[in-house]
Amino acid sequence: MLIAPFIVLASFAYVGLLFAIARYGDKRADAGRSIIANPYIYALSLAVYCTSWTFYGSVGRAATTGMGFLPIYLGPTLMAALWWFVMYKVIRISKANRLTSIADFVASRYGKSQLLGGLVTVIAIVGVVPYIALQLKAISVSFSIMLRYPDVVMPDKQGAPLFIGDNTFYIAMLLAAFTILFGTRHLDATERHEGLVAAIAFESLVKLVAFIAVGVYVTYFMYDGFADIFARAERIPQLAVLLYEGGDSGRYSTWASLLFLSMLSIMFLPRQFQVSVVENVDERHLGKAVWLFPLYLLVINVFVMPIALGGLMHFPQGIVDADTYVLTLPMSVQQPWLILLVFIGGLSAATGMVIVETIALSTMACNDLVMPLLLRQRWLRLTEWRDLSGLLLGIRRGAIVVIFVLGYLYFSLAGEAYALVSIGLISFSAVAQFAPAIIGGIYWKGGTRLGAICGLAAGFLVWLYTLLLPSFAKSGWLPITFLSEGYLGTDLLLPEQLFGLRDFDNITHCLFWSMAANIGCYVGLSLARKPTGAEHSQATLFVDVLKSSTLAASPPFWRGRATVQDLLALLGRFLGPERAREAYTQYARSRGLPAFERLEADAALVQHTESLLAGAIGSASARVMMSSTVDEEPLALDEVLHIIDEASQALAYSRQLEQKSAQLQAATDELRRANQRLQELDRMKDDFISMVTHELRTPLTSIRAFSEILSTHADLDAEQRHKFLNVIIKESDRLTRLINQVLDLAKLDSGRAEWRAEAVDLREVIEDAATTLAQVYRDRGVTLELELPATHAPVVADRDRLMQVMLNLLSNAAKYCDRPDGRVHVALRIMPDRLQIDVRDNGIGISAADQELLFEKFRQVGDTVGRRRSGSGLGLAICRQIVDHFGGQLWVDSKPGAGSTFSFTLPRGSGQAARASASDSAVAAVRALHG
Amino acid sequence: MRGNSVKGQCLVALFLLGCLLLDYPVLDLFASPTNVAGIPLLFVYVFSVWALLIALMTFVVERGRD
Repeated sequence: MLIAPFIVLASFAYVGLLFAIARYGDKRADAGRSIIANPYIYALSLAVYCTSWTFYGSVGRAATTGMGFLPIYLGPTLMAALWWFVMYKVIRISKANRLTSIADFVASRYGKSQLLGGLVTVIAIVGVVPYIALQLKAISVSFSIMLRYPDVVMPDKQGAPLFIGDNTFYIAMLLAAFTILFGTRHLDATERHEGLVAAIAFESLVKLVAFIAVGVYVTYFMYDGFADIFARAERIPQLAVLLYEGGDSGRYSTWASLLFLSMLSIMFLPRQFQVSVVENVDERHLGKAVWLFPLYLLVINVFVMPIALGGLMHFPQGIVDADTYVLTLPMSVQQPWLILLVFIGGLSAATGMVIVETIALSTMACNDLVMPLLLRQRWLRLTEWRDLSGLLLGIRRGAIVVIFVLGYLYFSLAGEAYALVSIGLISFSAVAQFAPAIIGGIYWKGGTRLGAICGLAAGFLVWLYTLLLPSFAKSGWLPITFLSEGYLGTDLLLPEQLFGLRDFDNITHCLFWSMAANIGCYVGLSLARKPTGAEHSQATLFVDVLKSSTLAASPPFWRGRATVQDLLALLGRFLGPERAREAYTQYARSRGLPAFERLEADAALVQHTESLLAGAIGSASARVMMSSTVDEEPLALDEVLHIIDEASQALAYSRQLEQKSAQLQAATDELRRANQRLQELDRMKDDFISMVTHELRTPLTSIRAFSEILSTHADLDAEQRHKFLNVIIKESDRLTRLINQVLDLAKLDSGRAEWRAEAVDLREVIEDAATTLAQVYRDRGVTLELELPATHAPVVADRDRLMQVMLNLLSNAAKYCDRPDGRVHVALRIMPDRLQIDVRDNGIGISAADQELLFEKFRQVGDTVGRRRSGSGLGLAICRQIVDHFGGQLWVDSKPGAGSTFSFTLPRGSGQAARASASDSAVAAVRALHG
Repeated sequence: MRGNSVKGQCLVALFLLGCLLLDYPVLDLFASPTNVAGIPLLFVYVFSVWALLIALMTFVVERGRD
């Protein structure tokens, strides 16, 4: 049954099943009903960590080092406990900044540096190529072995031709084709591949089931349980050693360094970053993963030792490669279905790894290596291309093929000399170089771009020299003298005993020196120079991501000009116009706007666009594209530091306080002014009261005095009596007048005055007033002239009030015109919309300062000190009230020594404009005086 | 999942415990040729500690105080 065509068919069927699951997953994702939004699926997808290394290689390692295969799985278990803090932060940062790969993460953290992104990509590709070779080897070997069923024969180690005619090459190309189909059908701004995750979770289950099946079979069907196997193994001395020592005897360091390496690898292997961070749907899934993933590791490793011992005991020494026991044991007992299951399990383990890893690597290669280089070629004018999505997909597919070819080459050139696990550890040591830059990046704001670049470069070079090149030398591709003599032939630079450090296995040795160089350069160079503005802002975004949400939400650090259409067009060139519009519509809706046309091209939109772009082409390239489209003003370092310095928060608060205190100050000032006015009005009220009482008292005093005289002196002659009585009468009149005026003003003020509206001819009013005061004028010797038009001058007003105004003006004019040739001229002019009356006198005039006081209540303007005019100072105030009531205006025009002109206007014929005069509250106090 | 939650701190404590128990020199204490129910001590010890750690982590995550 297990003939080649059947095996091939079964393999294709299995991969086809995976593909179907992936398509189903993608369809459900598009419909919004994701099947992977589930913590169990998330935890299972993390198990892509277990590859052919786990499936085949662990048994091989256990057969030589006993429990020494285990630290690779204990490390991730311990690291999972730290995920609660570390991974959570990494996921949060990546979501907030829309980072889609490790290279993106590092580049973004250190000021969106394209150089750093490219460096990380190169290290990742070079470092992971051996790991991919490992998978190819596993598939190829297992396939070759299966072909020889039922004989158990190891495949030929030598002699396979390169490329054409080499089965492994075809396997590699097939895998490349599958990977392209799985992961590069379209560009997703978030780089999420829901279908892929579903397929990977399924694969994790398959390999777990397959391995447990073999384990159970070997332990309980080929032997009689754990105790039986161990008891039998104990009896064989070489095997007994394996049981009781943990790892290479005496080499404690190996165990510890493997523990440490695997802790870093579970975080920084590109495929692990992809499934745990980029593909993460909900950060709360991390909780389940913290214990589910270690549980998976435990279960899949329980049977490793029994299988290893079983194989060692079953097969004669040295014939069968221990790496193949998982397959060859069922083969040796002729269990075809189990064999097929195991083969599919191994295929699962290998394909899962290569697909996810190469997709992650191709994303990095496209976004962080190729695109930045292409963007630099100005002659290509990439920034002007209409649609770049085709180019991007093409680059990714090309990258996938190239990576597989490299993997194949490594396998051909160096893979044969090594056990599977040893190859894998070389890759672990490579990705460990990312640890200082990333861990430092999320916890230490002082990490700079220069430090990261030098640290990475130094660590990578040490790794190259102490692990990768020796692996070529051990396979014969480099001269073996490289190992024995080293570079420049000095003892100090022996690749596996650098600077004389002996007694360590090559992994520990490399780990020590590469970490020393990496961390040393990273810390040293970061401290040597201050971070730039961009670095500092990115550092804060990363390190403080869990602090105030305002920092993450506020769109910062951008000044420039762009329109919404520009941004949309830019986005469309990378995502395709449809998806770009979708993305913008979603964004607009999240902002509460009905359509994306209503969006404003503000900093928030620009940042959102940049992050969407970063999803497609990496953050460094996105930065370049944005700045080429948008006119940007570069930020000055001190500006950025000023903005985001921690003190700026305090500054914001203090500014708020300043504002509040300024408002308080303004309110206080207003209150003070109001208070002053109140005091002034109070004084004026007091003055008025004293004046009024004085005015009232004066006539009263006269009246009383003269009455008393009349009463006590009965012997006054008739003339004197007559004179006194006249005085009394006059004073009484004056008193009455005064009281009437005050009452009048109060009534006018309070609006309780009665107004009569009647048609009045203004000419008549003026003439009547003139007649009334004619005697006064004659007495004073002032001539009165009237200049009245011939036509009718009608107004609708209260006749008496108008008379009051005229009388007041005329009597004032007479009073202040006290000179021999005094003349008062009254003119009535009819204008289109109003009537204007001017009362001009050639008296002493009124100074400018006094003019302002004239119309105020309680004010009197005297020309000389001490010379009291009769009157209360209320006359003009009353006049103004009256004129205001009629909708007119009353004013004075005068210069000292040049006479005065009092003028008032009345609207023509129209009704009264009932104007409510705004009275000060202080006047209410005065009104109270009148009751 | 807050930055300073008790759960996170318990997990860090478990991490340190694991580092202690699953590494040399503690590991060396159990690398002696004795058996537990026919199974070598080292094997039993490592897998038991591993299982215990996982159980504790499960407890902290699923039922611990937040």
